[in-house]
Amino acid sequence: MLRLDNLAKRYKTGDHALRGVSLEVDRGQIVGLIGPSGAGKSTLIRCINRLVEPTGGKVYLNDVELTSMSGADLRRVRRRIGMIFQEYALVERLTVMENVLSGRLGYVPFWRSFLRRYPQADVDKAFALLERVGLAEHADKRADELSGGQRQRVGIARALEQDPELLLIDEPTASLDPKTSRQIMRLIREICEERSLPAVINIHDVLLARMFVDRIIGLTAGEVVFDGPPAELDDAVLTRIYGAEDWTAMQTAAAEDAEDAEDAAAAHGGHVRRAAEGERPEERLAGLA
Amino acid sequence: MPVRELDGRPVWQRRTTRRQWAIWAGWLAGVMLFVWCWKLMTGRTIWAFVWDAPRQAADIGSRMLPPRWSYIDKLLWPLWDTLNIATLGTLLGIIIAVPVAFLAARNTTPSALFLRPVALFIIVASRSINSLIWALLLVSMIGPGLLAGIIAIGLRSIGFVGKLLYEAIEEIDESQVEAVRATGASGAQVLDYGIVPQILPAFAGISVFRWDINIRESTILGLVGAGGIGLQLQASLNTLAWPQVTMILLLVLGTVLVSEWVSAKVRHAVI
Repeated sequence: MLRLDNLAKRYKTGDHALRGVSLEVDRGQIVGLIGPSGAGKSTLIRCINRLVEPTGGKVYLNDVELTSMSGADLRRVRRRIGMIFQEYALVERLTVMENVLSGRLGYVPFWRSFLRRYPQADVDKAFALLERVGLAEHADKRADELSGGQRQRVGIARALEQDPELLLIDEPTASLDPKTSRQIMRLIREICEERSLPAVINIHDVLLARMFVDRIIGLTAGEVVFDGPPAELDDAVLTRIYGAEDWTAMQTAAAEDAEDAEDAAAAHGGHVRRAAEGERPEERLAGLA
Repeated sequence: MPVRELDGRPVWQRRTTRRQWAIWAGWLAGVMLFVWCWKLMTGRTIWAFVWDAPRQAADIGSRMLPPRWSYIDKLLWPLWDTLNIATLGTLLGIIIAVPVAFLAARNTTPSALFLRPVALFIIVASRSINSLIWALLLVSMIGPGLLAGIIAIGLRSIGFVGKLLYEAIEEIDESQVEAVRATGASGAQVLDYGIVPQILPAFAGISVFRWDINIRESTILGLVGAGGIGLQLQASLNTLAWPQVTMILLLVLGTVLVSEWVSAKVRHAVI
């Protein structure tokens, strides 16, 4: 599905962001990319859709080589790669609907996007996606009127509007509170399962990663230092990725935080909203653990 | 770091003693310069005229009042011309300034080596020449009248609108642009979805602000023959018809008040 072959990036400043990364992602697999700040996580996912130009190596999507493409070919590939951003990166002054429809920009001619005359099929799809992420009644609001969690849902809908074959997700929860972070990760997980979409998720929060992904790749100084299932991610591996730290204490504290968040959610009628997002998330979580 | 030891404890001062003395010396030099300039300035003044000023002002004032209200009949048409010069000139300026701004902004220019310096030069050239000078040049080139006024206002507006707009373009949030590009959008689509929504409020504010300035500037363009109410002002001044001058100034004051109000309303509405 997605294959990186010895991918390298050196910035003009001389920093080696990536030093020969090779990996493969299969259909439907959710990969969590962890590592310290500056390890090259953002650069790696941006090299896949060429928002950042790699300086070496190759990227293959369905055995099509992406690194040599340009112009219209590159745009045709990009439109099949959905991307979700850390600070949502919605166009703040456009409406929710316009933001979701902007996922079709790679498919429609300029005059259609300029006059906002999208084909009805695209509009139907956008409504269905807004329904799916729980924002059906917000279609006409401007993006900057929404809360953080709602904006990230719009970001997810925009990525799905592209009919993607692959999702690239850059720190989806870095700007969100613990409860919303879990809801967003759960939503991403469910959507990937529904469509057997592969995803590469760049994530700071090791516990969230362990809870929601199939496979974890640890990146340090531009090199892969760990690649395996979340269960194998023990203290020794974390030390290899991040350096020495008291991992056990951190995880205990974080687990308590998560419990608090769940309790608070239950106390504030959060279960109503959660029920709207998908059925029985607790059960699936239990299955994962 | 002006930290000293005093009785075994560190003492902190904002500046070292030496630096403090240097600053006092600087102030002293400033005061001396002011005294010297004052002497130079007043040495060439004929004080008899200055002491006479209140009487002269009262004299002109008495001749200016009351304004000649009936003169307004002859002013409405030139006033309409003035508004048209300002509005059409602003439009002309905006039409040229928008592409220039995109060429001048570091993040949208197609060629930082060649086109960007050209665009910046256009902006600086337009800004360095006052509307009145542009009008003077144009009247001698294309003759007196409204057209010279419109083009003069337009040429001066390019620099103003272009400069503020290209600064607004350089300040946009690049992550929104990146997100639009990631969907596979073409260059024109990235412009339409990623950049234009971000600069639209600034664009509306800048345009209305310039229109407001242009109304004030177009009232004097007539002094050099470029049409509008300035022609009447010049005629009245030349014939020492002070009550008419008062009437014109009152009318200009009213117009500027209205245009300020409109521009404040529009800017409030778009932000």
